[in-house]
Amino acid sequence: MSFVKRLTGDASPRILWSLGILLVLLLVAPMMLGKYWLSVLILVLYFAFVGQAWNIMMGFAGQLSLGHALYAGLGGYIAAGLYSHYGIGPWAGLFAAVAAAGVAGAIVGYLGFRFSLAGVYFALLTIAFSEFTRVAFDHWEWAGGSGGLFLKVDTTTDIVNLRGGPVLFYYVILALAAGAFVLCRALLESRLGRYWLAIREDAEAAQAVGVPVLRCKMIAIVISAALTALAGVWNAFYYNNLFPETAFAMGRSIEITLAPIIGGLGTLFGPIVGAVVLTGLGEIFTDLGEALRIPGIKQIFYGLALLVIVMYRPAGLWPWLADKLGLKERQP
Amino acid sequence: MSGARLELEGLGKRFRGLRAVHDVSFTVPGGAIHALIGPNGAGKTTIFNMIAGALAPDSGVVRLDGQVISGFRPDRICDAGVGRTFQLVKPFKGLSVLENVTVGALHRRPHLAEAREAAAAILSRLGLHDRRHQLAESLTLPDRKRLEVARALATEPKLLLLDEVMAGLRPTEVDVMVGFLRELNQRTGLTILLIEHVMRAVMALAAEVVVVNYGEKVAQGTPQEITRHQAVLDVYLGEQEAL
Repeated sequence: MSFVKRLTGDASPRILWSLGILLVLLLVAPMMLGKYWLSVLILVLYFAFVGQAWNIMMGFAGQLSLGHALYAGLGGYIAAGLYSHYGIGPWAGLFAAVAAAGVAGAIVGYLGFRFSLAGVYFALLTIAFSEFTRVAFDHWEWAGGSGGLFLKVDTTTDIVNLRGGPVLFYYVILALAAGAFVLCRALLESRLGRYWLAIREDAEAAQAVGVPVLRCKMIAIVISAALTALAGVWNAFYYNNLFPETAFAMGRSIEITLAPIIGGLGTLFGPIVGAVVLTGLGEIFTDLGEALRIPGIKQIFYGLALLVIVMYRPAGLWPWLADKLGLKERQP
Repeated sequence: MSGARLELEGLGKRFRGLRAVHDVSFTVPGGAIHALIGPNGAGKTTIFNMIAGALAPDSGVVRLDGQVISGFRPDRICDAGVGRTFQLVKPFKGLSVLENVTVGALHRRPHLAEAREAAAAILSRLGLHDRRHQLAESLTLPDRKRLEVARALATEPKLLLLDEVMAGLRPTEVDVMVGFLRELNQRTGLTILLIEHVMRAVMALAAEVVVVNYGEKVAQGTPQEITRHQAVLDVYLGEQEAL
């Protein structure tokens, strides 16, 4: 049980109770919610999950990736391609998807970290890889080229092939989000996690106290890429279609970063809080835009809302919220 | 834990055209405390950076207990048993004082709880225990210097490189730090090499002093010998003339 003990560690009982209640509520949610709210909740969990994955790199290890669509896209395409061409189900296909994304992450990471590209220069490298992968997929027949790759829509529940309605996808993404949360907590409470934080704060000082900086950064990008690939697989089977123009789009990479930035970089609850707020705002502004009948008003309000949050809560919403709730997540 | 013997042999480093360090050799026996002094820009920190692996020497070797360590990565040199502080302090600003030192302690103790305990013990010996939950960025400069020492010690080195840890401390604080280092050296036999401008500390601690100027070693001897050494007087009087 030492693993469980390490996980709960010095977390306050209030946090543990809140988490337990939240989990129960999420488990019974599909029985309470209608179709619309379930689809909103699915979006929230998706962004919480990919946000958690991206946060490992930026929030923990301090490495800015603006090309995470690369890993999601690769993961989705590989699993979907294997299924549509050879009938290999996603539970097997995800291993190939995770492996491919892990290798891609390792290549990007090695080029960036080995040659000491830092900050925005590293970010540019991640964008470049994502962009030229997009171009490559535009011309790759196996993946459907620019015309896209489609999965046959089938809502009869078939867990083996991840075919079914929203409820199935809800539980899968809930499991992923919860799993990523636990994994990130375990990582933070380990030597590796502390080494990441040290690298984020000052890589030179970290190396002087024995932190193998390159290796730690490589592990961060590979774990982050692998988790993001899982999100990509889920995404492909949920939406049943993939286009290079959207799967590897810059906008896709940016939206992955928003939840942790808005919620609080480097915190465990940040990506979750950020995903709730961002998805909520998105829905509200969509309704508002329809009611007002002004095209594009959604994007303007959304952008303004982000601006206000980042201006007034630059460390993210969660640290402030936790303080208000008396649930202070001890900043390690 | 006991101290390791440090040998520098013909160490040299150039930055483009500038000869930062040239043919510097000296030895610090295991368990000794030596000081490295010289005017600003003499190459002291460059020598430290070559010992700690932050810079690779262009020529010469560094040995720790007979093993060549020069050219290794800094983290490997830390593995070998060298701990260092930075002249321009480098705390992990966003982490608490305790977590700063815990990162160092994790080097020899992979479990977080054990590392934290070891870190807390070091902090109390350096008088930082009360501040352990503060963020490192909230510390005053003297406390940040102490934090540097604590974090380096947490890696359980056999050789400790201290780069101007007394600078900015009040005389009474210097005495406390001197007392701490002397006690540490006597109790554990840790070898210490310090760069220091505070002569009060150098005189009190160092068995021998190495003087560098323009990247070259100009003298070596006991503190008493050094203060009478003509080359050393030239170095420091020359600097005064320039003022």
